[in-house]
Amino acid sequence: MRRGGTARRRTTPGFCPLTRDNRTVPLQITASRPDPALLDLPWGTPLEDWEGPYLAHLPRGISRHVVRFVKVSGRVLAVKEIKEEIARQEYGLLRQLRRLEQPTVKPFGVISGRTTPEGQPLDACLLTRHLKFALPYRAVFSQRIQPDTARRLLDALAVLLVRLHLAGFWWGDVSLSNTLFRRDAGSFSAYLVDAETGQLLPTLTRGQRDHDLEIARVNIAGEFMDLAAMDGTPEDLDPITMSQRVIDRYEQLWGELTGAENFASEQRWRVDERIRRLNALGFDVDELSLSTDLAGTSIQIQPKVVDAGHHSRRLMRLTGLDVQENQARRLLNDLDSYRAGQGRQTESEEIVAHDWMAHVYEPIVSNVPPDLAGKLEPAEIFHEVLEHRWYMSEKAGRDVTTLWAFVDYLNTVLPKKRDEEAIVGVDTVEMPVVAMFDD
Amino acid sequence: MATVRFDHATRTYPGNDKPSVDALNLDIADGEFLVLVGPSGCGKSTSLRMLAGLEEVNDGRIFIDDKDVTDLSPKDRDVAMVFQNYALYPHMSVADNMGFALKIAGVDKSEIRRRVEEAAKILDLTEYLQRKPKALSGGQRQRVAMGRAIVREPKVFLMDEPLSNLDAKLRVQTRTQIASLQRRLGITTVYVTHDQVEAMTMGDRVAVLKDGLLQQCDSPRRMYDHPDNVFVAGFIGSPAMNLFEVPVDGGGVKFGTASLRPSFGATPQGGRVTLGVRPEDLDIADQGLPVTVEVVEELGADAYVYGSMDGAEAADKSIVVRVDGRVPPEKGARIHVLPKADHVHYFDPTTGLRLGD
Repeated sequence: MRRGGTARRRTTPGFCPLTRDNRTVPLQITASRPDPALLDLPWGTPLEDWEGPYLAHLPRGISRHVVRFVKVSGRVLAVKEIKEEIARQEYGLLRQLRRLEQPTVKPFGVISGRTTPEGQPLDACLLTRHLKFALPYRAVFSQRIQPDTARRLLDALAVLLVRLHLAGFWWGDVSLSNTLFRRDAGSFSAYLVDAETGQLLPTLTRGQRDHDLEIARVNIAGEFMDLAAMDGTPEDLDPITMSQRVIDRYEQLWGELTGAENFASEQRWRVDERIRRLNALGFDVDELSLSTDLAGTSIQIQPKVVDAGHHSRRLMRLTGLDVQENQARRLLNDLDSYRAGQGRQTESEEIVAHDWMAHVYEPIVSNVPPDLAGKLEPAEIFHEVLEHRWYMSEKAGRDVTTLWAFVDYLNTVLPKKRDEEAIVGVDTVEMPVVAMFDD
Repeated sequence: MATVRFDHATRTYPGNDKPSVDALNLDIADGEFLVLVGPSGCGKSTSLRMLAGLEEVNDGRIFIDDKDVTDLSPKDRDVAMVFQNYALYPHMSVADNMGFALKIAGVDKSEIRRRVEEAAKILDLTEYLQRKPKALSGGQRQRVAMGRAIVREPKVFLMDEPLSNLDAKLRVQTRTQIASLQRRLGITTVYVTHDQVEAMTMGDRVAVLKDGLLQQCDSPRRMYDHPDNVFVAGFIGSPAMNLFEVPVDGGGVKFGTASLRPSFGATPQGGRVTLGVRPEDLDIADQGLPVTVEVVEELGADAYVYGSMDGAEAADKSIVVRVDGRVPPEKGARIHVLPKADHVHYFDPTTGLRLGD
């Protein structure tokens, strides 16, 4: 697991920019790369009251804090209004998690020192970058909830929770709402969005992991019940069964990644087998403890440090492509088929990969018309073309070429999909975290 | 209905030599509101988490209702962490928002209904049960969220700095409401805060921790009037108690130009004691400790004089005196102060422990 590498943090104190209403506001922007365009936003106005072309207009839900989405210098940022201390803590935590290569949203900065033109202090704002092609769960379910989609979504959340727990992150608020999902070769990859309640610890106790699982159980069931109350869900999407699925998948994966295994000393091949099993799950083993009993007749192995991203790292090494784990697995399979089809098994893998990129992958992804490019990520389009080729071949009873499948896919499938490049979450109005008894 | 007992409960984090919570002994009565308070790193949150089952207990035991829960998982302890991790679901009714977690736990429908209705009555939400959260005011939504915790009818409520992200005004308002709700519900509650004012205004009893060690556990009044050691004396009260070392001789405890009659037995070795006196227990007098007035903070009926002790040996010569707000001394003036009789606290300068009664 790679750790370290501190990015320089720049703090710009004492800014007195003019707001839209031409009053001065002393602001402090903390960001790794402060963008002067941020100064154009109306920081002297409560986030709830923001109106203007800089907003990504969206429906509004209720949340613990006000969250709005804004467009700044061509990118979309999520802005959360929150107490300065908590904003800084969450910003720092997200940065630490990114350094630990955990799947989280990218922290962008903290704006503090906000005051209204009348001099009333306003809470700070935490800015995070919107993840392209990442979907809130309600957007995934916005058409019709397919039970299979729901299950794949929950599986992705279980993987995320295992990864975060292995890294020592105690989430404190596991839910579908606090997660974003990216399509990943027909499955999903989950990303942590809200780290406000989290803590990074050296290791988690069983009780801390159980606590997160219990929160997950209640929150996820609640979220499914809410979906059902909204417009009804299929009968086989029982909220309680659904939330239990996350727990079961979590326990299964956690056991496989961390469990000790005993076998007789003559069965040493089982060490390799365990490593291969972990690789198949998408994890590399950085440290494996191996011990024998005093007589040397039995061996115990236990993975100590495992690192997600086995396939994506291999693909990155071979092709320079930065894609998600299942996409990488899919692309690597296609690369292997290409290698076999060309009879080049004895050649260097790197050279074959280079040719595969030039002759197979690039001709597909670089020929997606610009008006369709915002539908899906390039690697996901490639995955879908491969799927489409399979269906076409089956229907035709013979092999259809990838290029032919691509042409058909462009004509018949891709145009019907919605643009997912910039689907952002739901804007929210505030529902503060504890009781106020204001009425 | 539950009692809680920490019996020499100890937590040492891996890689640390010193325990973060060191042999904690605490008996919490049924229905009691106990506040754990202390500075950052004192072990208060760790103690709460040990009770919740979120931290391992390396030594000692924890009991809820005389049942040993030390090795039980969090969900088997029947405790509820309150005010954290809740969300309100916009398409579900208030009643469903309050009761859905019970459904997950397998509680039957009529029982869920009974508990939800009962909680709604306590929270003044009865007439809103069939509405959606959006139709409620902010405060009503908050009460729905509290209802979620209440309907679980846990044996113990646990709260870890629940007010930390509120501004000062709201904190004051909310802490009163939490305390009064707890008294109405009568559920044993353990509450963690770093704020001694919050601790003193909310708790039936307050437990002060420092460096993982319990310093004192008493009612707020007793804690204020009778601190067991120098740390508690300085930590509880705002402004803080004045604490400084003074010599003791045959004539008594030297207090500037005056001598005070000691209220303790044998004088500690070295012939010195740490004297503690609260700002409101000092009077301006003709003799006593000479003080030069540096700042006067006028609050109306009262004023606080922030001054320095003339000729004091202590490294920190600052002293705070509460005086009559109508006739405060002027900045730069030199005054003498004397403590009110029976309102002086003495501590052993070496051990920090209280001397005498």
